[in-house]
Amino acid sequence: MGKRKLVVVGNGMAGVRTVEELLKLAPELYDITIFGAEPHVNYNRILLSPVLCGEKTPEEIVLNDAAWYAENGITLLTGKAVTEVDRHRRCVRAADGTEVPYDRLLLATGSDPFIIPLPGKDLPGVVTFRDFKDVDAMLEAARSGQRHAVVIGGGLLGLEAANGLLKRGMDVTVIHLTDTLMERQLDRPAGALLQKSLEERGLKFRMGAQTAAILGESRVTGVRFKDDSEIPADLVVMAVGIRPNVTLAKQMGLHCERGVVVSDTLQTFDPAIYAVGECAQHRGIAYGLVAPLYEQAKVCANHLAGLGYGRYTGSVTATKLKVTGIDLFSAGDFSGGEGTQEIVFQDPRRGVYKRLVLDAANCIKGSVLYGDTGDGSWYFQLLRDRTDVSEMREMLLFGQAHLGDSGRGGSSNAASLPDTAEICGCNGVCKGTIVKAITEKKLFTLDEVRAHTKASSSCGSCTGLVEQILASTLGGEYSATPSRKSMCKCTERTHDEVRAAIRDHHLITAGQVRQFLEWHNPDGCSSCRPAINYYLIATWPGEALDDPQSRFINERAHANIQKDGTYSVIPRIWGGVTNAQELRAIADVADKYAVPTVKITGGQRIDLLGVKKEDLPHMWADLNEAGFVSGHAYGKSLRTVKTCVGKEWCRFGTQDSTSLGIDLEKMTWGTWTPHKVKLAVSGCPRNCAEATIKDLGVVCVDSGYELHVGGNGGVKVRATDLLCHVKTPEEVAEYTAAFLQLYREDAHYLERTAPWIERVGLNFVKQGIVEDAPGRQALAQRFHDSQVHAQIDPWATLVAQEKDTHAFEPLASLA
Amino acid sequence: MTQTPDSTTGLDWIEVGPLMAIPPLGARVVKHPSGEIAVFRNREDEVFALRNHCPHRGGPLSEGIVCERRVYCPLHNWGIALETGSALAPDEGETACFPTRVDNGTVFIGLPGSGGSP
Repeated sequence: MGKRKLVVVGNGMAGVRTVEELLKLAPELYDITIFGAEPHVNYNRILLSPVLCGEKTPEEIVLNDAAWYAENGITLLTGKAVTEVDRHRRCVRAADGTEVPYDRLLLATGSDPFIIPLPGKDLPGVVTFRDFKDVDAMLEAARSGQRHAVVIGGGLLGLEAANGLLKRGMDVTVIHLTDTLMERQLDRPAGALLQKSLEERGLKFRMGAQTAAILGESRVTGVRFKDDSEIPADLVVMAVGIRPNVTLAKQMGLHCERGVVVSDTLQTFDPAIYAVGECAQHRGIAYGLVAPLYEQAKVCANHLAGLGYGRYTGSVTATKLKVTGIDLFSAGDFSGGEGTQEIVFQDPRRGVYKRLVLDAANCIKGSVLYGDTGDGSWYFQLLRDRTDVSEMREMLLFGQAHLGDSGRGGSSNAASLPDTAEICGCNGVCKGTIVKAITEKKLFTLDEVRAHTKASSSCGSCTGLVEQILASTLGGEYSATPSRKSMCKCTERTHDEVRAAIRDHHLITAGQVRQFLEWHNPDGCSSCRPAINYYLIATWPGEALDDPQSRFINERAHANIQKDGTYSVIPRIWGGVTNAQELRAIADVADKYAVPTVKITGGQRIDLLGVKKEDLPHMWADLNEAGFVSGHAYGKSLRTVKTCVGKEWCRFGTQDSTSLGIDLEKMTWGTWTPHKVKLAVSGCPRNCAEATIKDLGVVCVDSGYELHVGGNGGVKVRATDLLCHVKTPEEVAEYTAAFLQLYREDAHYLERTAPWIERVGLNFVKQGIVEDAPGRQALAQRFHDSQVHAQIDPWATLVAQEKDTHAFEPLASLA
Repeated sequence: MTQTPDSTTGLDWIEVGPLMAIPPLGARVVKHPSGEIAVFRNREDEVFALRNHCPHRGGPLSEGIVCERRVYCPLHNWGIALETGSALAPDEGETACFPTRVDNGTVFIGLPGSGGSP
C-alpha cells in the first residue's frame, strides 16, 4: 500500500503554507498534487502593489519556486482549473480532463474580486487587482501611453492600485461610494487625513459617488456616474471587494454560506475535505489577512498529519498597514456609539491622529491610529486582555513610551532608518539584517523574526521598531493575531489555565502537571520547566517539591553565572546596613579565594565576582560562619530592600526608614516570586532610596507611610502607582506581605509587577489589598505560611549537601 | 582511572564515575587537558557527552536545563542536541560530541586513543 493521496485545489499562500506545515510534521505521509488555476508558482499576492509601482520584480515576490515543489515531491499542475469533484469516488477533475484521485482534499481556492454588474464591465481595459495578469494589464496600459486611470473603490487595494498607476505616470481618479476612504479600517477624521495626504501626491478623488456605467465601444473610454456626470478613462480598475470563491465547493455539495463553512479543525462537512484561507468561513468569518490564514494552515496541517490536537478558534485581528508609505493601525470595533467613550489625540500638522474607543467597563474596544502607530501593539494587548484602563486614562494616548524608555521603545520611523542602524541593542541586530532575513527566509511574523535574527528576543524594547520593519518590508500588511498566548511550544494551555489546574486538581509534581494537561514533550522545555516549578511551590508550599533540575543555573547554583562560567557571590546585607565585622569577613573571603573583582551593587550590598563553581560551597561555609545568608541576587525572588537613613540620622527624615527596611527584608527574604522583586523605603518624599521605581516602595511622610506599587527601573522605566497611605509600620508589613502574596498567586512566571499591574489594572490590586481588609489579612497569612517553608538559607543547605554529593566538583579530572 | 583501548575504533574508553553521581535531567563536568567535557543523564538513564562549550559564545552546557535529548545553554538559551552536539534550528553551529557507555553502573567516555586529543 503506497502513500495516501492529498490533492490541494489552489496554489496560493494559504494552501501552500498548509502543505509546508504538513511537510514539517509528516513529510512521508502523502503523495501531494497541487492544482493552480494561475500559470505561476506560489507568490506573495500582497506584494503585487510594489510590483505594480516598480519597487519589486515579479521574481522577487515568489514564495516557493519550481525547485521547491520538485524537492518535496509535489506534483504542481499550473494553469489547470478544477471544475468538478466527485466526493463519492473521491476524484478531482480539471477543465482539460485531468483526473486525480484523493484520500484527503484541501480546498484553498481563495477569493474572486467582486465585479459590479455595470453596463460595460466586460470591455477591454476593465481589470481587477488580484493577480499577475491584472498587474500586466495595468502595466501595459501605462506603458502604451494611456492617460486616464479610474479606480473604483477607495479601500486598501484600490488605493494601492491608484498609487502604483500614479507612479507609472497615469492620471488617476479614485471613486468611492462613501465619504471616508478605507472605512473598514479608518474613521472619518483619519480617512480625511489620508485623503488629503494622497491628494497632495496627485491622486484625484470622487467621494460619495456611485458609478452608473462604464462607457466605450471596443474599449473603455470613460465612466458615468449616477448624477450623469462623466470622466474619461482608458483603464478602469475594479477594487470594490472580494468574495470567497465557493463555486467548486458548491458544485460538490459542500455546505457554504459566504465561504465554505469549516469547523475548528478546518474540516468541511465532508470529513475528508478541508478548506483554508480566504475561501473558508470559520465561525461566521472569512478572513482576508495573512496572519489568520497562516494560523489556519498550522491547525489544518496538524489534522492532515493525523496528530489531531490542533484547534483554530478564530483570530482577533489588528492591522498595521503601510498604505502608500503612510503608517496606519486599526483594531477592534472603533465605530463608537451608545455606551462607549472616546479619547482622541490629533496633531494635523504632524499628520498624527489617534483615537481609542472605550466601553462602559473602561476597556479598550477599538482603536485607530494614523501616522504614529508605535503603540498599536500595546493598545491591542490592552484590548485583548480587557484591561481596565481607568487608572492610566490621562496618559493613555501619549503611549507607553512616555513613561521613560531611555529612547529605545515606542514609536520612531523604522522606515526612515538606514540599513546600518542598530535596531536590537541587546543582540546587536541592524535593520539590514532583519530586512534580509524577512525577504530571504520568507518570514511573516514577529516570532519568526525573533527566532531567525534574535532581534526583539531578549528584553523586547525594540519590538515596536521590528514590527514597523515587518510592515514596511512585507509591502503594506502586517497583522498581529495572537489570540491566546500559550505558555510555550509544549502546550496550547495558557499560564492561567495551568495555574488553575494545579490548584483545582491538587497537582504537586511537574510530571503530574504535564501528564494531566497532555504536554507535547514529556520533559517540557526551558520555558515551562521553571514556570511549572514555580507555580507548584507557590500553590502548594511545603507539599510540592522543588526540582533543582528545573531551575535556571543561577537559582540551582545560588549564584549568578558570568560570561566565562565563573560566578558572582552576594551575601545579604539587611537594608544596606553593615558593620566593621561583616566588612572584615567579606574582605577575608575575597583574599582567601583570590576573588578578581569586588564591587558595590545598586542593591546596596557587595558582590564578589569571578568565583569558580567548586569554590562556592567553601566560600558559603565561611560566609555563613560570619553570620551571612544568601542575598538571592540571582533569583526570581525577593532581592533587596534599599533604604535611606531616615529619622535616625537625617535632618529631613520623617520616620525610621532604615529599621523599617531591615524589618521588611527580614520578613520577606527567601520568598520565590514570578520575577525578581525589589523593595525600598525612603525616609521622606525626597525619596533618596528611589522607592518610586520599585515593585513595592514605601515613602515615609510625617503622618505615616505611602505605599507605592508596580515600579520598575531598567530598560523600560516605570514609576510606581500610589496604592494607599497607612499609619503604622505594622500596617506597612501587613500590606507588603499581602501585596507580595497577591503578586505570587496571580502573575504569570517572568512577569514583573509593572506589566502585571498594567495587565490586570491597578483597581484589581486596590480591591484586593486596600478595600478588602479580611482578604488582605488572609493574603498576608498565606504569605507567612509559605515563608515557613521558603525562608531557609540555601547556602547553608547546599554546604551540608555538598559534604555527601560533591556535586559542585568535577566528576573526574583526566590526565 | 581505568583506560581501555578499543582496537576496533581507535578509542580509549575512559572511566569517569558512577551513573548515580550524575543528577537525572542534569550533568557533571569532566576535566580534560583539551577542555571540559559535560556528561549528561536524562530521565531514561541515557548518557551523553559533549564538549562543555556552547557553539554560540562558549557557555557551559553542563549547567543547562535538560529535556529528553536536548540541553538549553544557560547563557542565551541555545538548544543543543545531545546525540550530535548540533544546535537546534534555526540556530547553526555545533560542539564536539563523544561516545559513551554505561557498564555496571559506571560511565565511560570514548576519547581518541593516546597520541590524539579530542
